[in-house]
Amino acid sequence: MKCGIVVFPGSNCDHDCYHILKHILQLDTHWIWHKDEALNSFDFIVLPGGFSYGDYLRPGAIARFSPIMKSVIAYANQGGRVLGICNGFQILVESGLLPGVLMDNAGQRFICKDLTLRVENNDTPFTALCEPGTVLKIPINHGQGRYFTDDDTLKRLQDNGQIVFRYCDTEGNTSDEANPNGSLDHIAGVVNATKNVMGMMPHPERCADPLWPNVDGQMIFKSLIESSLAHS
Amino acid sequence: MLAKIHVTLKNGVLDSQGKAVHHALNDLGYSEVQDVHLGKYMEIALKGISEKEAQTRVKEMCEKLLANTVIESYRFTLEPAE
Repeated sequence: MKCGIVVFPGSNCDHDCYHILKHILQLDTHWIWHKDEALNSFDFIVLPGGFSYGDYLRPGAIARFSPIMKSVIAYANQGGRVLGICNGFQILVESGLLPGVLMDNAGQRFICKDLTLRVENNDTPFTALCEPGTVLKIPINHGQGRYFTDDDTLKRLQDNGQIVFRYCDTEGNTSDEANPNGSLDHIAGVVNATKNVMGMMPHPERCADPLWPNVDGQMIFKSLIESSLAHS
Repeated sequence: MLAKIHVTLKNGVLDSQGKAVHHALNDLGYSEVQDVHLGKYMEIALKGISEKEAQTRVKEMCEKLLANTVIESYRFTLEPAE
């Protein structure tokens, strides 16, 4: 199984993703430089977290026009699986591969902490191994993670099962207290209509190495691997 | 030519920075402050195009990159370079 991690100037979770995919999950893992124009045949690719182009203008706004993004968009439109984590999610919404935007956290503060999310839809390549309603403990680390979209789009996301994760308490209940950044409808992650592109603000790569007691993040990568095997 | 561009959040989109500044101004005793909106201001120097072309191209720049039209609106003026 072959996967790629796109490296933008300012990506800083790229090595964490690489470590998990290559050393923990033993995949044939490749770097993809943002200036490359062609994408080789990958089973899936990851847009990692960080601060691409210093988050100048808006997070993801400039990375979205990197040479590689043309190929990433074409790859996604052909059904290729793309996982965007944190800044990767921001790049996916800026590029139009996912609906909505990620705005400044409601509390105006950068938040870095462990929290819990509920799996809302396990009928996606990214969550196939989770039971619906599973509560995963995965950290967030962002200043701009407040998901927002217009009412029509929100309705469409709800109706089509495109909301994959919602912030919740440890019991799995959503509430304003359990929502760290003021995200609309407690949204922590969404997929596109064809369910091959997912963006999430929490960082699964930060809790996927068994050296650390929490490996909930593995569920997402293992789901991706499993569904890629089934697909090929 | 100089394009002066303002990008602000659309009405109805929570402007959390504006809100924070609003509270701070009220706390400083400026009780007349009713609402604060924060945005971005950009100056873009242009060369070798007519004003008519600039109108079209600056609009395009705003739509493509400078504003995220899901949440932001923009307005701009074109002035002769100083």
